[in-house]
Amino acid sequence: MSDRLLRLDDVHADIGQYKILHGVSLGVPEGGVHVLLGRNGAGKTTTLRTIMGLWRARKGAIVFRHHDITAMHTSDIARLGIAYVPENMGIFGGLTVGENMRLATGSDRFDKDRLARIFNLFPAMETFWNKPAWALSGGQKQMLAISRAIVERRELILVDEPTKGLAPAIIRAMIDVFREVARETTILLVEQNFMFASSLGSTVAVIEDGVITYRGAMSELVADTDLQNRLLSLSLNAAH
Amino acid sequence: MNASQLFERVGGVNALPVILMLVALPLIGNFPSWVTLTVAGLAMGMMIFLMASGLSLIFGLMDVLNFGHSAFISFGAFIAASVLAALAAWVGADSVVLNLLALFAAIAAAALFGLAAGWFFERVIITPVYRDHLRQILVTIGALIVAEQILLAIWGGNPIAVPKPAILEGSIFIGDVAIEIYRIFAFLLGLAVFLALYFTLNRTRIGLLIRAGVENREMVESLGFRIDRLFIAVFMVGSTLAATGGAMWAGYQGIISANVGGELMILVFIVVIIGGLGSIEGSLLGALLVGLLGNYVAFLFPKLSLASNMLLMMAVLLWRPYGLRPALKI
Repeated sequence: MSDRLLRLDDVHADIGQYKILHGVSLGVPEGGVHVLLGRNGAGKTTTLRTIMGLWRARKGAIVFRHHDITAMHTSDIARLGIAYVPENMGIFGGLTVGENMRLATGSDRFDKDRLARIFNLFPAMETFWNKPAWALSGGQKQMLAISRAIVERRELILVDEPTKGLAPAIIRAMIDVFREVARETTILLVEQNFMFASSLGSTVAVIEDGVITYRGAMSELVADTDLQNRLLSLSLNAAH
Repeated sequence: MNASQLFERVGGVNALPVILMLVALPLIGNFPSWVTLTVAGLAMGMMIFLMASGLSLIFGLMDVLNFGHSAFISFGAFIAASVLAALAAWVGADSVVLNLLALFAAIAAAALFGLAAGWFFERVIITPVYRDHLRQILVTIGALIVAEQILLAIWGGNPIAVPKPAILEGSIFIGDVAIEIYRIFAFLLGLAVFLALYFTLNRTRIGLLIRAGVENREMVESLGFRIDRLFIAVFMVGSTLAATGGAMWAGYQGIISANVGGELMILVFIVVIIGGLGSIEGSLLGALLVGLLGNYVAFLFPKLSLASNMLLMMAVLLWRPYGLRPALKI
């Protein structure tokens, strides 16, 4: 497990009086897209938020590149090189697209090459650079959220259900974008859209009632429909 | 073109103070009186803006209901009055430099108090009750009572006179129109503070963080920024503005009593609510409307003067429930 970029050991987390994670143990290898699958309420979002320090682990340890980040402040975790794209995208609607991007830079300066690459991936970001973010469509907001996460080099990007509410054509375009992003960064992706997740993921973990019940190669899960049905009650066909 | 489009074309909510001025002119019927009332309204509005802008940011960014804000206004007023009284020789001197020094010392003393007291208040009173509105109301009202008792213990319960620097005494006459110099000064100071805040919020990285923090604190932290440190700074600035507004109000009134902050707090809350939480532009807009309407109504319908701002607030909330210029896009 020591070669893992991120490691969660027996992590327990509560939201108020509700115990959500009951001992999550998970390793995220460096490079590629790693998927965390699970039904609604299984604990996927809580896992990401606990890694990010937005909710505190009651028990267990979270280690990122030899740093114990279990009790670290969220801002310190972010400065270690972890970006977070929440389910609601976390866009600042009152700020322009450019201002949203500026906030995500550590130095208030853009790397021109990276910015050009982002404009190449998402031409809408250049078009709407000076427009307020609240005026963007749902798909464009998701593009902005991802652009913000990659405007600087990150070690790890935590992405929570990026396809939620998006049209199929945009979801297909997102697959290419994530493949491109994963060439330089590790992505931990929480998803319910199995088609999207299976197109991208190299490894997969399934969480159920706050516990990891399966981990393995994505190709094995894709090839085994019975396993999919048993773990997720879904199949590749059903997800289309 | 319908009425709504026409309204947006002439400037939308930003044009409301001008529209109010134009509507008042025929009703008042006398140009010099209208100018006097308008300048008084603008000056009063700017002083209320000083007090309200900080509270609006504290509400909007920190989600803190600070009922103790009026204590900063009261202390600012009394500290400025005491400094001016102590510098009576400079205040009454026939020297512009000494007058200005006395004025600067009074405002600076009030502002410094606001800065230090704001830090103390945030660390000791507010920090334990973040995210708990009920306890915020209780502890800030409790802190306000303590602060008022301290104020009474220091300055007593009797009203005290506020010396006005000689340079700010009197009026400027333009034809038949008399404009009090103090009102011009209050307007210009308020305008300068607005421009400084506007520049900071819209042209600097710290302003960007504050505007982002008003919308989504968690996301700001997820981008690597310590929003709690920003909270302290915003609270200190808000308290400083309140104390400065109190100091200006003291000079405007000429005589102040211990409940000066409490009386103004009603107007401050109205401004914050009609302007929209967390919005400096909204606070300015709301403050100018409150100042202008208060003066016009007091002249035209004296019996309605107390109710006018409440009616304004009701009308705005029926029209725009989130205020005229909320920081958050709903």
